[in-house]
Amino acid sequence: MIRLQNIEKVYRTDTIETLALNSVSLDVAKGEFLSIMGPSGCGKSTLLNIMGLLDVPSKGSIKIADKATENLNDKQLAQFRNKTLGFIFQSYHLINDLQVLDNVELPLLYRDTTAKERKMLATEALEKVGLANRVKHFPTQLSGGQRQRVAIARAIVGRPDIILADEPTGNLDSAMGNEIMDILINLNRNEGTTIVMVTHDENMAHKTHRLVRLFDGSQVQ
Amino acid sequence: MLKNYFKIAIAVLKRRKFFTFISLFGISFTLTILMVLTAFIDKVAGDNYPDKKRDRLLYVNRIEQKGKDNMNSGTLSYYFLSHYTAMMKTPVKVAISSGFSGTNTYVNNKKIAVSYKYTNAEYWDVMDYDFTEGKPFNKQQVDNADRVVIISEDMKKQYFGDAGPVVGKYFEADNVSYRVIGVVKNVPVTSYMFFSDIYMPYTTSKADYKSKSYGGGYMGVLMAANKDDVPKMQAEYENLMKRVPVESKDFQHLYSHANTFFSSYVDTGNEGTSGVFIVVTAISIFVFIFMLLPTLNLVNINITRIMERSSEIGVRKAFGASSKTLVYQFIVENLILTLLGGIIGTILSVIVLAVINNADLIANLQLSINFTVLFIALLVCLVFGFLSGVYPAWRMSKLNVVTALKAQ
Repeated sequence: MIRLQNIEKVYRTDTIETLALNSVSLDVAKGEFLSIMGPSGCGKSTLLNIMGLLDVPSKGSIKIADKATENLNDKQLAQFRNKTLGFIFQSYHLINDLQVLDNVELPLLYRDTTAKERKMLATEALEKVGLANRVKHFPTQLSGGQRQRVAIARAIVGRPDIILADEPTGNLDSAMGNEIMDILINLNRNEGTTIVMVTHDENMAHKTHRLVRLFDGSQVQ
Repeated sequence: MLKNYFKIAIAVLKRRKFFTFISLFGISFTLTILMVLTAFIDKVAGDNYPDKKRDRLLYVNRIEQKGKDNMNSGTLSYYFLSHYTAMMKTPVKVAISSGFSGTNTYVNNKKIAVSYKYTNAEYWDVMDYDFTEGKPFNKQQVDNADRVVIISEDMKKQYFGDAGPVVGKYFEADNVSYRVIGVVKNVPVTSYMFFSDIYMPYTTSKADYKSKSYGGGYMGVLMAANKDDVPKMQAEYENLMKRVPVESKDFQHLYSHANTFFSSYVDTGNEGTSGVFIVVTAISIFVFIFMLLPTLNLVNINITRIMERSSEIGVRKAFGASSKTLVYQFIVENLILTLLGGIIGTILSVIVLAVINNADLIANLQLSINFTVLFIALLVCLVFGFLSGVYPAWRMSKLNVVTALKAQ
């Protein structure tokens, strides 16, 4: 599903060159639930961003769903992300000015959908994460766990093939973290969604199919 | 999609109330000032009471004589206007009138300030004053120096109170009694060439209207048979002035022009500088600065506003918004803001004009909204809204997603 080949990422400032990723190659199979672990600053988030086409590697190639992504322009990239990828962030990144339903509808705005379809799909996605009764709330009126569930609903509303989650349980206590983890596991099991998750938490990582460890920008396991 | 933009735009406006207030205040205040200014210009330059036949008229307000060390400039004498314009062939009629002057009169020991003006008989043919009572004086009355007077409605009310018809009654000014023969609708003082409280035949003037000196207290309005004759009439006056001898050896040059309404209205009385140029330049600079400030202010505020939404930008990009779509969204949001300002500005203009009219700051001046200008101003609002949104939106769309998401 995702094929990374010899990915290298170098950050340059005027004085220092930092190698964030050093020749990482990784294959993620369709329907796989993969977790990436490693100490802070080892490059796991960078790797995830590159998989999500949010960042470009300095070297190497990425194929997602058998599609080479190097030569896509801004608009094509946007469309590709919209159809294929869903994102979950550690700090949720919900839009506080919008109600829960509008937040979940967001990815659908960038597709050819009617307002009615959007509402239907968003409600459905919220049902899956158990928040159907919170559609009119604003994000600030919700707990952290609820916010992350809204973010998951937003990530799955467009039925993407792949979900990329950057420490989805990082800001939550273990009970709430387990809830979120269960939702992701069910999603993977029932819908066959490929999930790549960055985490610090060994327990969470062991619930996934495969674990990849990074250290100083290189894959160690 | 648009509904969604609208929702978020309103939410953002509500969130930063102070910024919103500053932006809206800037836009609506600018618009209000412009509307009041144009209402003023419109009234002053566009109101054609009582000179309704303006497209057939040329105005002669000044004469200037220049020598090496001497310069003499001012309004003209009755003699000059009547003597020289009588030589012209194109004008079918020539209205001659003095500028208005002030005096006092007393009714029941109450002092009333009165502006008075002397005119010839043709003045009433050239001008279209609305008579609510009586009629103008004719040539015979003027030649006989009859003590007759035409008064404004305003003066009628002040002098006679709410009495019925006043034609035939007597009006005393400067210890002379004049018989009222007509009442006309008020002229605002901004139409200074035609404004007065009372109008009398020039022959009743105590000043020497027979004096042959060029300068005096009079102005002339030349009327052509139709508007096609106006350029011809203007040329004829210019030619005539080339032949008119200077008054004394002290002077070498003599200038006097028959101008169209606008250029005569803003005449500086200085041969070297055009009044039109000064007025147009001054107004343009004023308008430009007045529009520029809120625009810069808006650009600045917009940058702050948009940049503090970098998390939203990152999320939208991650979930499939292209840079173009985002630019479009922020421009739409900005247009909503400026249009809102436009609407508030329009309402404010109506209120301010109503207050000015009610306060009677300038007698008989009724200002009203110029709808063409309102339309243009709203259009300008939109253009500014667009421009002040484009730059911040463009900067924002260049934002890298990862950076945008980290910024929170």
